[in-house]
Amino acid sequence: MDKELQDKIEGLIASKKIFLFMKGTPDAPMCGFSAGVTNVLRSLGADYNSFNVLSDMSIREGIKEFANWPTIPQLYIDGEFIGGHDIVVEMARSGELQKKIGA
Amino acid sequence: MTVQEIREKIQAGLPGSEVEIQDPYNDGVHIKAIVKFSGFAGKSVVEQHRMVYATLKDELKAEVHALGLETKVS
Repeated sequence: MDKELQDKIEGLIASKKIFLFMKGTPDAPMCGFSAGVTNVLRSLGADYNSFNVLSDMSIREGIKEFANWPTIPQLYIDGEFIGGHDIVVEMARSGELQKKIGA
Repeated sequence: MTVQEIREKIQAGLPGSEVEIQDPYNDGVHIKAIVKFSGFAGKSVVEQHRMVYATLKDELKAEVHALGLETKVS
């Protein structure tokens, strides 16, 4: 991945404690898994920023390589890759996500 | 990618794993794989999922984003 793209991705992730790469926007998710994660974050009252990967093909592909993770959505907390839809839902169920967000 | 192909790919990449594929809408699209594998021991959930994804590398490039995943240490 070229440095410019990597810097851009890192800049996005660093812009907020909780950052979500998703398809669509929190108000209008364009995929069921992205909608699922925004629902979880909303239910927890999380304050987060998001990026719509459908608006930028370089980020859409770059983020997969960046995280070594082939799918979107991708959730980051404190700069750390947390996981995709299944992991976020499971962590919210177990209470682990609440701890990470509150910490 | 058929349900059978997904199961075979995962089992080939993670020898000895048990793979259950659920296709709740019977459409071959919204598929969930439940994978039990002894090699998951000591690894984080993210690492476990990465190991499964690695077995489906080519399939996932083709935008199979509707693959749900649940991993367990067997």
